[in-house]
Amino acid sequence: MEHQRRWQGWVLVGPALLVTLALFAAPMVMVVLTSLYRRSGGLTDRTLSFDNYIRLATDSTIHQALWNSIEVVALTVIFSTLIAYPFAYIVAYKVPQKWQALVLLLTVVPFWTSYVVRSYSWLLVLAKNGVINQTLVSWGIIAEPFTMANTRFATVLAFVHFFVMVSTLTIYASLRQIPRNLGLAARDLGASPLSVFLRITLPLSIPGVVVGAFLTFVLAIGDYITPQIVGGGNELVLPQLLMLQVSRMGDFPLAAAMALVLLIIVAAVYAVSAKNLTLERKR
Amino acid sequence: MKLVRSGLSWVYVLLIFGFILMPVVSLVVFSFQATNLPVPPFTGPSLRWYEALFADSRMIEALRNSIVVGVVSGFFSTALGFLAAYGLARYRPRGARAIRAIVMTPLGVSYLVIGFGLSVTANELALGRSLVLVTLGHIIINLPLAFAIVLSQMRDEDENLEKAARDLGAGEWTVITRVAIPVLLPGIMAAFLLSFTLSWDEFIIAFFLADFDVTLPIEIWSQLRTGLDAKTNAAGTLVFAISLVALTLAYVLNRAVSQRSRRL
Amino acid sequence: MNGAELNVVDVVKQYPDHRALDGVSLTVEAGSYTVILGPSGSGKTTLLAILGGFAEPSSGHIEVDGQDVTTLTPAQRPTTTVFQDYALFPHMTVGQNVGFGLEMKKVGKKARVERVREVLEMVGLGHTANRHIAELSGGQRQRIALARALIVEPRVLLLDEPLGALDLKLRRQMQDELTRIHRSVGTTFVHVTHDQEESMSLADNIVVLRDGRIEDMGSPERLYLDPATAFSAKFMGDSNVVSGTVRSDGTSADTPWGVVALPGSSSAGTPVTLSIRPEHLVEGSSGAGNLGEWEVMEAHFLGQKHRLIVRRGEHELLVSLPQSSNVRQGDSIVLGVDAHMAKLVKGDPS
Repeated sequence: MEHQRRWQGWVLVGPALLVTLALFAAPMVMVVLTSLYRRSGGLTDRTLSFDNYIRLATDSTIHQALWNSIEVVALTVIFSTLIAYPFAYIVAYKVPQKWQALVLLLTVVPFWTSYVVRSYSWLLVLAKNGVINQTLVSWGIIAEPFTMANTRFATVLAFVHFFVMVSTLTIYASLRQIPRNLGLAARDLGASPLSVFLRITLPLSIPGVVVGAFLTFVLAIGDYITPQIVGGGNELVLPQLLMLQVSRMGDFPLAAAMALVLLIIVAAVYAVSAKNLTLERKR
Repeated sequence: MKLVRSGLSWVYVLLIFGFILMPVVSLVVFSFQATNLPVPPFTGPSLRWYEALFADSRMIEALRNSIVVGVVSGFFSTALGFLAAYGLARYRPRGARAIRAIVMTPLGVSYLVIGFGLSVTANELALGRSLVLVTLGHIIINLPLAFAIVLSQMRDEDENLEKAARDLGAGEWTVITRVAIPVLLPGIMAAFLLSFTLSWDEFIIAFFLADFDVTLPIEIWSQLRTGLDAKTNAAGTLVFAISLVALTLAYVLNRAVSQRSRRL
Repeated sequence: MNGAELNVVDVVKQYPDHRALDGVSLTVEAGSYTVILGPSGSGKTTLLAILGGFAEPSSGHIEVDGQDVTTLTPAQRPTTTVFQDYALFPHMTVGQNVGFGLEMKKVGKKARVERVREVLEMVGLGHTANRHIAELSGGQRQRIALARALIVEPRVLLLDEPLGALDLKLRRQMQDELTRIHRSVGTTFVHVTHDQEESMSLADNIVVLRDGRIEDMGSPERLYLDPATAFSAKFMGDSNVVSGTVRSDGTSADTPWGVVALPGSSSAGTPVTLSIRPEHLVEGSSGAGNLGEWEVMEAHFLGQKHRLIVRRGEHELLVSLPQSSNVRQGDSIVLGVDAHMAKLVKGDPS
């Protein structure tokens, strides 16, 4: 009976596994394989070689793009977390219980707009004749409109706009997990409100911060749309470079190598933070 | 002092809300712009861009494609995810941890890489790009999520309901369709809805795998590259409106279904 | 450490929809072990929260050794609370948890470590300072919570249903532990519970709360053997309660069960309510009361005694007979009352 049940279990799980194999594992293998091919004379040369990797290791444009990616994502993670934490804290502890879900909903709803259109909206807001510049000039704060669009600043700003929402949700979730009694017990034992925050609340909310930061990192580093639309073509990030190889150069092998680099970076970050990547309550 | 601190909190909250809402408000407001450019000053309100949107056959077609791809890929992700979650939780096959890990792995890979991988594979197999490929791409990115959501809803207590059904003579298929699915319906619906929502606005995989028939995000992208006007604002607002309606519907349905299959 | 005297003066706690405490006044003797006993909804948890400074009374005040502490925060009061779910800090070690209060008082590390070791020894967990909370069992966590509260030398220790989460054997063990620690430390203990047996094994003094008011108050013996009200009689163990009228001799009463001797004398014709504990009903008629014949509906042998439910017509009695008795289900027995163990109580039998 047990034996038959386990077998039946495989029948149910089978389709999902096969689909994952066919639509994920196989393509990933193809990517690895393709990265070992070369593009020569407009065709793909299938002799295996590490040429693309050598190119990655030596080409300064690629290094620059990689460096840009990491910088942009790092700045995004830092600013998103710094802005989101107080916000999540206020919602979790200062907003009346019954309004909390609504407030969170209001932070999420704006992102149900089309990603592409939203990115363009940022472009318009940041443009020389956009809302921000026009307001600053008319209030007399600056004399001339300044360039914000098509810069790294714009990319980070647009990213932070989205990821503040993500981190707010994860930090809020982990703050809510903290039993209320802990703060009361600490106060009873003489802790000031600041001590309670530094010694109890903050340490116990770190998982929420880490999960938020991780999600931000993974999603941002592989994002093509925002850098392309608001960041412009000046300081390319890795996804943009990859798309360039695909659409303009037709160099799939090189693009594949870049894709692998992206994968490895994410895997490395995951390995480092895996231990902390859970919002479960510590018992 | 407490009042000042409390005041500061409210100022902060309002600032953040302002920051978050600004581009979106600007998007929606300027979709009603009377002149061409969706920049200040606001010259509306006017519905001309909505008219233009609905008159744009490529946009409407792209919208229809997005919905179809969303529904189909959502259905398959949810169905496969449900079966896998059910099989794992109830039948406990050996290697359960490995199975879970395998199904969840795509979550850790950027859509860019997944789309690229599928594109390269399609080339190797000499498969032309099409909406079918886009649908497949969306299935693989949403399968882990649907699986995780349904799995998280499976409780040990519910297994007793299924055992009771078997005890009373129900075959496996009946147990699944008449007992398991009804009880899990809120989770299944949540999974479907999330899959639909993520598929519907997904750009990069669709970009890699679509051919001439495109999804809405791609069409918007194309039009934006050629010229900026408020029509895309109208498209964006429409996407927003549809998402709002779909998710509100989901919430209402979820509540209704939860009441019915309420856990005692 | 010396325990402080606690004075609760006319405390009222009013919520929008109900009154949790309705004018509670009591004095907790310095150094005593006082148990506040009551069913859920009695207001006992509210009272403890007010004593600890986690809630404010709507009116009335709290004094510790004569000093009014009503408006003081928990940290400012000489009280410390042990929470029902222990509230141990999950991200700190045992040592860090226990030493937390001293850390907040800016006690130096060396002195702190020493004190922590001492207190852990006292609760029987001497070498656990470096362990993590997650590794400990329920009983061990309970002691850590106790240690953490005692290390700051409170004049009054407040315990909120501390033994609720433990199984029976562990609970009995911890009751002995609490008594031992209380004796060696000397602090005033105020312990809230709904468990009547627990209250009797721990308390010097029991306060019975019901619907926000004090129902009865006194030593375990007094409360058990001479309950003030019908509710208190039925809450502090089992009891058979009946109403009757005083007979013309003034020393006994007519009840639907039969004639029962009164503890003292009263004027004839007065309506009275009597409480008779199951163990005070005896086989055979007695001078203190003849209750006639009853049919044994259920008989269970519980080791130390027999527990019987007997019936006559619409009346049922709960009876405890000694181990040596051999009454069986279906038998018919005659019951009497032991000496003057029927007690006069206030309130009605239901």
